[in-house]
Amino acid sequence: MAAVLARNLYRSISRYPTSIAGVSGTRRWLNGGLLNPVTQLSDEEQMMRDTVSRFAREKIQPLVREMDEKSEMDKGIIKGMFEQGLMGIEIDPQYGGSGSTFFSSVIAIEELAKVDASVSVCCDVQNTLINAYFREYASQEMKDRYFPRLAKDLLGSFCLSEAVSGSDAFSLQCSATQGGDDWILNGEKLWITNAEHAGVYIVHANYDFSKKHRGITAFVVERDTPGLIIGKKEDKLGIRASSTCTVTLDNVRIPHSQVLGEVGKGYKYAIESLNIGRIGIGAQMLGVAEGALNATIPYLNERVQFNRKIGEFQAMRHLKAELATQIEATKLLVYNAARLRDNGLPFIKEAAMAKYYSSEVACKVTGRCIEMMGGVGFVKNFPVEKFYRDAKIGQIYEGTTFIQLNTISDCIDKEFIN
Amino acid sequence: HIKKMALRALVGCKRVIDYAVKIRVKPDKMGVVTEGVKHSMNPFDEIALEEAVRMKEKKLVSEIVAVSCGPTACQETLRTALAMGADRAVHVEVNGEDYDNLQPLAVSKIFAKLVQQEKADLLFLGKQAIDGDCNQTGQMVASLLDWPQATFTSKIDKEGDSLKIIREVDGGLEHIEVKIPVVITADLRLNEPRYATLPNIMKAKKKPMAKYTPADFEVDISPRLKIISVEDPPVRQAGSKVENVDELIEKLKGAGVI
Repeated sequence: MAAVLARNLYRSISRYPTSIAGVSGTRRWLNGGLLNPVTQLSDEEQMMRDTVSRFAREKIQPLVREMDEKSEMDKGIIKGMFEQGLMGIEIDPQYGGSGSTFFSSVIAIEELAKVDASVSVCCDVQNTLINAYFREYASQEMKDRYFPRLAKDLLGSFCLSEAVSGSDAFSLQCSATQGGDDWILNGEKLWITNAEHAGVYIVHANYDFSKKHRGITAFVVERDTPGLIIGKKEDKLGIRASSTCTVTLDNVRIPHSQVLGEVGKGYKYAIESLNIGRIGIGAQMLGVAEGALNATIPYLNERVQFNRKIGEFQAMRHLKAELATQIEATKLLVYNAARLRDNGLPFIKEAAMAKYYSSEVACKVTGRCIEMMGGVGFVKNFPVEKFYRDAKIGQIYEGTTFIQLNTISDCIDKEFIN
Repeated sequence: HIKKMALRALVGCKRVIDYAVKIRVKPDKMGVVTEGVKHSMNPFDEIALEEAVRMKEKKLVSEIVAVSCGPTACQETLRTALAMGADRAVHVEVNGEDYDNLQPLAVSKIFAKLVQQEKADLLFLGKQAIDGDCNQTGQMVASLLDWPQATFTSKIDKEGDSLKIIREVDGGLEHIEVKIPVVITADLRLNEPRYATLPNIMKAKKKPMAKYTPADFEVDISPRLKIISVEDPPVRQAGSKVENVDELIEKLKGAGVI
């Protein structure tokens, strides 16, 4: 069964950029029957990983602590990410994008998160929520208008949540009424990532509440539109350098050409985008867990107690092994979900599993890392306490753990219907 | 040698153990552990390549050819070079024991032949590789080609048919002018190399890579030097703290140093 599916997909592979064929690295798909391990990267993917890792180490690492303290993203880093092509990973080169795959985005998000989860989420939202949204649902005309800017220097924000609607996204109250050829938006969005620096906002508003969620429409609102007010940043426990603001729409008037996709389909677009976006969050949490453990292991080989390196004690050896195994399992879930999506195969269950598992592992690993570091794990001049604080959001945003579990359960039920 | 407005540059890109890796000596004490260890482009070669790319952006260089001598894995290094801005790559394949014994003189002979074959006007190299630290290849190639050499460069400007160069020497900075064609070796402060951006990594796939062996250039790569042993530097001995200058002088006298 799987072989039939795989053969069919291989024939349809011409739809996808050649880098998909490069997914196999040195071994080709279905040639001689040997498929590749999930963790094997193509040459381009490996080069990309190296370049992002280096960029993160050299350009981001020195600023991490200050950005966290001040709750402020360094603008140079955002600019640097655009220059590296990290903000338009899947955008076609004809628009100035990198022309790569979703898996490449996942690698970039993971590598950035190993150094700073805030920078990672900025890259994640841009690629997996904003660019993907335009790519899947926007008209060609809108793509031609926005892709060059999104690839070059335009940061985006995804506006769905409100005070009354989080998990219950469809109960949003933001309204869209028609005024001639324009739409007039009113409402207040909460918890909006990237809002401080964004130049464009994808806003979900309902044009007909009697239609319930089928009235929800996606609108593209540019920052300088009168009536769009970006509120103060939240003072958060973690990912502090990532701006999280209120976005108020006070009689925001936009032309009909700013409707993204079809009127009344916004609910569908949002849910589908979030299915993809959560693989990105899975990658972010994976990076956080890896970053924490990478910072801890050298310490185990340095710290001496009872005349031995603490890394020699069985408790530390076993804990290190357990945490590394959990990270490896997370990696397989996240990478495989990304590959499924790139290959046009069903991925909703696997994406939810990846995000759910990844955020749980991140919390567990970072917590245990603080324990292994002892006192120094608890203070700000060592990196581990930040990973611990940053990990917590993983269980909450882009679909809480509870929602992920619901989704997984529903997917399983569908499998058993026949 | 045909005079043309824009020049062709050859850049040597050696694949070495990554600078951040902790080096370990092999148990047989004949070398260092390379298996499974992270490798990357020699940092000085990156600087050399960056300089060539900048000259290309200024339209002083029309084509950059990246060259690497070694096993198949060198192709990764060459792909990085292509992603950084080289137009073509050349891989001279040397494997196994031949590669372990590949020394600067052999590499210099290969480069000299390649420079002539490719009709290059500039040969950019790092001042030395961070594994061998020989600091010989640039100088030897210049000698084999009978070209001028500008080594340890920290600034390069073009003026007519010459290059105005600043070299870092023990006494300070030396200003020289060299006629093209010339061999240049890059020192640390020449520039800060760019990262290979994602779009360029994707484009690098399509750039051509030619493959040769030393035999294609009729070069004898047999070693002239034999490695007898490789050892760790001696473990640093602990020092001791002194309370004041008198005690310091006493200790120095005791150690027979003064």
